Amino acid sequence: MTDETTTEETPLADDKRERLLNDLSESFGEILVESHLRPHEDVWFRVKIEAWQDAAMVAKGAGFEYFGFLSAIDWHIAPEGRYEDTEFDAGLVEEDDEPVEIDSSTGYGGGDTRFQMLMQLYSLNEQVGMILKADVGDDMTVDTVRDVFPGADWHERETHEMFGISFRGHPTLQPLYLPTEFEGHPLRKDFPLLARQVKPWPGVVDIEEIPEHLEAQLEAEVMAAFEANEGGS
Amino acid sequence: MTATSDREQMAYVSAQAADARVNVELDTGDMTLNIGPQHPATHGTLRIACQLDGEQVVVAEPIMGYMHRGYEKLCEVRTYPQCTTLINRIDWLGSFANEVPFILAAERLMEVEAPPRAQWIRTILFELSRIANVALFLGDMGVQIGALTPVFFAFRDRERVLNQIEEVTGGRFHPNFDRIGGLKDDIPKGWIEETRSVMVKMRTFCDEMEDLLVGNEIFQARCRGVGVIPPEVALGYGLSGANLRASGVDWDLRRDANPGLSWDQVDWRVWTHPDGDSFSRYWVRLQETREATRIVDQLLDGIPSGPIMAKVPRIIKVPAGEAYISTENPLGEMGYYIVSKGDLGPFRVKIRTPSFNNISIVPWVMRGVYVPDVITILGSLYFILGDIDR
Repeated sequence: MTDETTTEETPLADDKRERLLNDLSESFGEILVESHLRPHEDVWFRVKIEAWQDAAMVAKGAGFEYFGFLSAIDWHIAPEGRYEDTEFDAGLVEEDDEPVEIDSSTGYGGGDTRFQMLMQLYSLNEQVGMILKADVGDDMTVDTVRDVFPGADWHERETHEMFGISFRGHPTLQPLYLPTEFEGHPLRKDFPLLARQVKPWPGVVDIEEIPEHLEAQLEAEVMAAFEANEGGS
Repeated sequence: MTATSDREQMAYVSAQAADARVNVELDTGDMTLNIGPQHPATHGTLRIACQLDGEQVVVAEPIMGYMHRGYEKLCEVRTYPQCTTLINRIDWLGSFANEVPFILAAERLMEVEAPPRAQWIRTILFELSRIANVALFLGDMGVQIGALTPVFFAFRDRERVLNQIEEVTGGRFHPNFDRIGGLKDDIPKGWIEETRSVMVKMRTFCDEMEDLLVGNEIFQARCRGVGVIPPEVALGYGLSGANLRASGVDWDLRRDANPGLSWDQVDWRVWTHPDGDSFSRYWVRLQETREATRIVDQLLDGIPSGPIMAKVPRIIKVPAGEAYISTENPLGEMGYYIVSKGDLGPFRVKIRTPSFNNISIVPWVMRGVYVPDVITILGSLYFILGDIDR
């Protein structure tokens, strides 16, 4: 994971977000692991998990009073949990075929563990949003930010039932959506989507490759239609 | 801030409850009243378990999940164009508006921009969804306090807007019309004139609602000063949309964080109200509906010519990256956090729905209110069950 603080993709500088990035990086100090800026889009901060609550407080102190959402990401690479209809999952891939490429990248700001916390905050004074991340350790426990943002209460309950992450200091971690006797954590990548295993997904036809002999012809048709449209009306 | 006000409010409630008990020898505590799951005020199947002390609510706990459909999981196993089918069904009254932030987020990752004409038509349909959605609220709020006429007016007039949406998209509730890079089709001939006349009718409808409800003595008595939400509490809970503006926070994503639609091309204003009670929430929405008809009028005048679809590959593969885009939907801030790994489908989609945050304030705001006020507060917060449960 390299530090990607400076991004020079867009020519227009985004002063507002750059200033914010510098100010907050300073305020976070040691607890900041990595930051990432996409000019005119968003700012990402990855903080240490022990300082999750402190980071929320620092952000709130810096004017990020509006609580957007809180959730988690499961970076587990599980092709078997995603495309039950692909050849890989159906076991049609022979051993001597080319190995399936596995993308183990973990998004902006990086990530070292399977689960990652995600929180979006917004500053009404600056009219700018930020995204806060933190890697969840093996104990699968995070401090609650309920005391900083009361709105996080339900979001934490949802994250708890969907990912199995516990929140230290949260008084009522009962399920929000799922029945009480439900087993498993549905948004984990290794939780199978049963409906797909019972019946193949008909929508897979939608993304079928065009036969080679038709490809050039179709392309020409589309381009012709597009140009006619662009010139006219 | 919120911690202190929580405690203060708790102290106030218990003092009031104690006062109420002074002259009554009976122990009235510990009664549980279930509102819902099938109460008309809940707009679907939401259950609110209220613990009462006499006539006052001590604890109100919403219990949901009756409609949880797991869209975040389902989006992970579909391709990007297929996701919009699901997303339509989140807030089923403002369906076109649901698609827009998702498509915009995907477009941002692909670095595609829709042509100006598509953006204008998108904005028009977005505002039409808002009018159709909020019009129902404007009538429905009457039902919560026992006035049945407004809701019939609302259903009658909302249909005109839905007809206009249907004429363009082919669907009244689930248009599935927005595409990555533009729109599915252009608007039909004669549609602009028809829509203009519908907007005139909708302004008349707003006037009718104002006459029927806003000036009504009973409506004022039931809604003024009830369910007050201070601005700092509203921000902490992540309230958005008209609920936040009714608490005096001047914030509208259409004006402040426009993600690339045409609102900055027209002249309009954001309405706020300083009170933060049920009445102000109704009032703000009423003004916003009027404002939306004006936005549509202006947009109809200036639709640019040109294509409605940008150049996008036939098979849509979204490059790796993350994007969060939210727009000011009829109910509030709706956003999609898309994590892409360069596949045909998203790796993870976090759907941030307005109603989820708007309803999470219920336990706070219901403390100490009287049982009949529970209904008006719920009604004025205005939520759609599909939007809470996803």
